[in-house]
Amino acid sequence: MTKIYYEITSNPSSIKLTDIPVLSYSEFQKTVDELMSVESNHCLNYFAFPLSDKYKFVCCIGDDETKKIIILSHEQPKTKDISLESITAKHFQFHVFEREIYENYGIYFSNHPWLKPIRYPFNRSNLENKISNYPFYSIDSEELHEVGVGPIHAGIIEPGYFRFICNGENVLHLEIHLGFQHRGIEQLFLEKQSVLQQTILAESIAGDTTIAHSIAYSLLAESLANKTISEELSIERTIALELERIAIHIGDTAALCTDVAYQLGQVINEALRTIIINTNQFWCGNRFGKGLIRTCGSHYPLTKEIIEIIKNNLNEVEQRYLQITDRIFTLPSVLARFETIGKVTKKQASMIGAVGIGARSSGLKRDTRWSHPFLQYDKINYEPIVLPKGDVWSRAMLRKMEVLKSVAIIKELLNKYDNEKIIDNPNYDLKFEPYFIAISMVEGWRGEICHTAITDNKGKIIHYKIKDPSLHNWMALALAVRGQEISDFPVCNKSYNLSYCGNDL
Amino acid sequence: MPLKEINILGKHGKQFVPDLEMVELTPLFRGRPIIGTNITEEEKNKVISLCPVNAINNSPFCIDMGKCLFCNECHFALPEKINFTNDYKIATNDRSKLIIQAGQDIPIKINPDKIRKEIKSFFKHALKLRQVSAAGDNSTEMELNAAGNVNFDMGRFGIEFVASPRHADGIVITGPISQNMAEPLQICYDAIPEPKLIILAGTDAISSGIFAGSKALNRSFLDKYNIDLYVPGNPPHPLTFINGVLNLMKNKK
Ligand code: SF4
Repeated sequence: MTKIYYEITSNPSSIKLTDIPVLSYSEFQKTVDELMSVESNHCLNYFAFPLSDKYKFVCCIGDDETKKIIILSHEQPKTKDISLESITAKHFQFHVFEREIYENYGIYFSNHPWLKPIRYPFNRSNLENKISNYPFYSIDSEELHEVGVGPIHAGIIEPGYFRFICNGENVLHLEIHLGFQHRGIEQLFLEKQSVLQQTILAESIAGDTTIAHSIAYSLLAESLANKTISEELSIERTIALELERIAIHIGDTAALCTDVAYQLGQVINEALRTIIINTNQFWCGNRFGKGLIRTCGSHYPLTKEIIEIIKNNLNEVEQRYLQITDRIFTLPSVLARFETIGKVTKKQASMIGAVGIGARSSGLKRDTRWSHPFLQYDKINYEPIVLPKGDVWSRAMLRKMEVLKSVAIIKELLNKYDNEKIIDNPNYDLKFEPYFIAISMVEGWRGEICHTAITDNKGKIIHYKIKDPSLHNWMALALAVRGQEISDFPVCNKSYNLSYCGNDL
Repeated sequence: MPLKEINILGKHGKQFVPDLEMVELTPLFRGRPIIGTNITEEEKNKVISLCPVNAINNSPFCIDMGKCLFCNECHFALPEKINFTNDYKIATNDRSKLIIQAGQDIPIKINPDKIRKEIKSFFKHALKLRQVSAAGDNSTEMELNAAGNVNFDMGRFGIEFVASPRHADGIVITGPISQNMAEPLQICYDAIPEPKLIILAGTDAISSGIFAGSKALNRSFLDKYNIDLYVPGNPPHPLTFINGVLNLMKNKK
């Protein structure tokens, strides 16, 4: 039997582009269909890019339980009106990927239920589609009304547009229209070929996920250049990633309290978050960790002094976070706004391919640290926390539990860390393998991040694909508010805290 | 108040920073750079080509904080000769003051001649601002939020972010301004009553940072108006923002 896909089992990985079998579209469809009928599989990425006179389509499917990533591909000649039968019709989680391919290249997917623009990139195939003219779904009815919010919101947050269809106070439908943040970042990865510039681009994909995205880029670049990193550097990166998770989870706990008017919970958690991001600043000079993650080395190796600060601050934060969350999760006025609100079932989460917090709070055991371990995660016996109910309470509680787990992980790693060992300086002079595809996955605080790069015959990156967990999870938010009071939207929104710029690449 | 809350508050203690002008930030924080005068031509060329955003220029040799991402790479290349101090008071209304020459080691100030008259008279005691993220990566946005939190508490000076542009005295722009945000930004600005301020927060807003040259941007808004305050940083520290705004309001030289 001829091979129909390529299977990789390490994260990150790079392979020859020609090693991925090219299927006919009908074979591709059939194989995807078979793979997607396995419950533990989900689509990590599906994208197209121009390659001489063809479009090459690459699809990566990850298994939650084994370390497997399956890569398969098909190709289509670059003719004018390409039309393919949509996979979304059967496997809904493909909707964003097919929409993106349609938006970028005008490749049509028949039977796609929702073939709408996704981010209005400057180089989209149809410039007639204007961001100010998004085709919102609407219902012709005398009883229903529509509520539009955005793109600029009340607070200091990124822009995006929400359109609710309501029956009185009740939300029947929410449509989320994004794209305002589009900065052309994937294209810039091709225009700026220096490794340092690319690292900084990765740091700026989403400023609240600086560490996770820059680790994803570094792992990918190192793999593409055949470089391995030292155990100590790997420990440092893992610690940085978990610190980022702690900081944002605590910040989100504060934001959730704000939205249910529990002011004490808000201010205490804000102050605790400050301690963590100031720890980052002590370590590397920047509260978000910009400058910390560099390819093949680091400018800021952990010293005894920094380790002391991290340990002390973690102890302080852990204690006080436990105290305040004990209160938050027993206060009836808070619980009334958290429990049973914004429910997304396991079935829905699985259908939309939810990842990270959005998956684990709905009973789906999906966590890159466990399924596709990178850095130190296969050495610490990491086991994901999964909660079954899928409501705001679960997403808040999951954050609390993950903060405590991250603290424990960092403590364990610091005990292993040998600060006598010398950490290499960063190396930006990397030569990438020619005609390769590289893929790296990182579990950021929101969830699964996946970076993919393709090189040409000189090792130059000709396609760079970033997947932020938000791409999957925005749909979870839309489902969460169905049937809720519209006044529950803010707390549902905060419970996911999704990225706008992470979507608008 | 229930006992539990009192306990929590007891542990919490006082969190606010009493004097926002005199904070000693951690040593590695990167604020105003100091450039040595003894850099050789070869070294100059080395860091000029290393800098990811062309923030370093020759003749005369200088670093433009409006373009700089404070990545510190030039320091690591020339550790003895380029250093970023932890002086966080680097906001100014004079774009040219963001350019630091070799040998220069003086605090960054407001240029009183560049403050518009109506600002001097209107905004002395309180300031309400509307923030617009125009493709900001969310780090500057988070720092602006932090400027109002229990630690920095800029509300004590009457400075506040408001929801409606109709209630605002000015606009704070973050991000390199995407094409897709150009129109909403303009609409928001137009809705603010006169006289109104424009503040650019973060290197991305000031010069588009690492996104310089991206075809997805549209920065034409900035060509039309006078900019009242530049707050550099990647992202700017809350203290940089608060001190900059205070100095502008109080017309501090
Ligand atoms: S710190 Fe600023 S000037 Fe120095 S290399 Fe980085 S961006 Fe360029």
